[in-house]
Amino acid sequence: MPETTASHEHIIKSYDAELARLLSEIVRMGQLAGEQLALAAAAVDERNSDLAMRVVEGDNAIDALEHDVSHDVLRLLALRQPIARDLRDVLAALRIAADIERIGDYAANMAKRAIALNQNAPMRPAASLPHLAEVAGDMLRDVLDAYRRGDADAAVEVWKRDVQLDTLYTAMFRELLTYMMEDPRNITPCTHLLFMAKNIERIGDHATNIAENIYFLVHAKPLVEERRKGDHTSTLVS
Amino acid sequence: MTNLNLAVAASLNVTTPSDQATSAAKITARNLDFYYDGFHALKNIRMDIPEKRVTAIIGPSGCGKSTLLRIFNRIYSIYPKLEARGEVLLDGENILDPRYPLNRLRSKVGMVFQKPVPFPMSIFDNIAYGIKHYEKLSRADMEVRVEQALRQAAIWDEVKDKLKGSALGLSGGQQQRLCIARAIALKPEVILFDEPTSALDPIATGKIEQLVEELKKDFTIAIVTHNMQQAARCSDFTAFMYLGELIEFGETETMFTRPSKQQTEDYITGRFG
Repeated sequence: MPETTASHEHIIKSYDAELARLLSEIVRMGQLAGEQLALAAAAVDERNSDLAMRVVEGDNAIDALEHDVSHDVLRLLALRQPIARDLRDVLAALRIAADIERIGDYAANMAKRAIALNQNAPMRPAASLPHLAEVAGDMLRDVLDAYRRGDADAAVEVWKRDVQLDTLYTAMFRELLTYMMEDPRNITPCTHLLFMAKNIERIGDHATNIAENIYFLVHAKPLVEERRKGDHTSTLVS
Repeated sequence: MTNLNLAVAASLNVTTPSDQATSAAKITARNLDFYYDGFHALKNIRMDIPEKRVTAIIGPSGCGKSTLLRIFNRIYSIYPKLEARGEVLLDGENILDPRYPLNRLRSKVGMVFQKPVPFPMSIFDNIAYGIKHYEKLSRADMEVRVEQALRQAAIWDEVKDKLKGSALGLSGGQQQRLCIARAIALKPEVILFDEPTSALDPIATGKIEQLVEELKKDFTIAIVTHNMQQAARCSDFTAFMYLGELIEFGETETMFTRPSKQQTEDYITGRFG
């Protein structure tokens, strides 16, 4: 099976324009979600509740874009009856938009927890969180770049990087557990941090979902390689 | 991997085992070349038309799809300066061999054209006319046979009360189903459809497509169509032709979801430049 490319233009030019619009909406959504994640991490790092509040409110813009994508997908399906690569393009757009929407939700949830966290004294493990967010943010940026270029190899590269994020998350999980055992007063802030770390780990999973969708889009078959999981927290006892 | 991805992938990869396993080739073209007064219209076509399946032949105008269809019942032989080389096997016998009796071929391979052309006679006689050429039937047997053909072509209920009326009074869609009944009445094994719905409205088209689906239980069907969605909707296999060559042949589902040739993909997605 050769990789199918959309190098040729459609005979009906407006069809190309509609597909291009869909792609640009997704890329815009992804950029917004990436910004939201970085700002939420900054709000934790700087203990800035005003910034966190702006992130919470900013989620609406991502949701609105997702509605636009859904609307355009329905329109394309109804009016163009896409098939083969075109159909995978449209399906991928719908799924990737859903993944990005979830990423936006996780970023907004982090921001909400940042506000709660700022009520307590600063915690040392909070310092690791921005790094975790940076790794997830880079994955998101690179996977969207792969989507924009229709580059399945680049998408697979991002997909493989999720194991690093999982490893970082497991390390943070252990660290937070230690703090909680040391002093029960740490439990509330540490629980918030734990949820935040989990949010970021989930953002990484959504980035890998996007990578899988890009692979399917290009190759018309699923990415089946055994997923290497670096997140061992589900079996961790202490 | 998301579940949705898996589900879609699974649905795309489903090969109905019955298709491959039980459908032997009814017609086989082997190294088939065709010339119109020296113009090389078909180039080395090798293809199997599976038995009791619907095979759609698609491709841009002038690609040779109608020519190929017309070779399957040797209708080209009525025109001079046309020449076919190679072999077309019907049940293993080469129909291009001049010794293959044309009468036998035409009784085995029926054809339905783009424009329905009923004979200017009654509905009943339209069906009976062809049968009389091949068989001597009693009046009663003929009535049974005509009814059978009209029922099989899903037009009996609409015409049973006006069998003596002129066939020219029927609507376009009814006329086309009458022509299908006329082909069926001869009890062929293969029915060739050349753009059978291009002159019909969507409702009449839907009825013909539904009919094609029912007919494949008893007949081997090859259908030439310009309507990509029609090929996708009603065929089991699809052949894509371009400039006299068979570019790709495969299960319709595969051809319309992940064709193996870029040319096929470009054509079906409307990118052909």
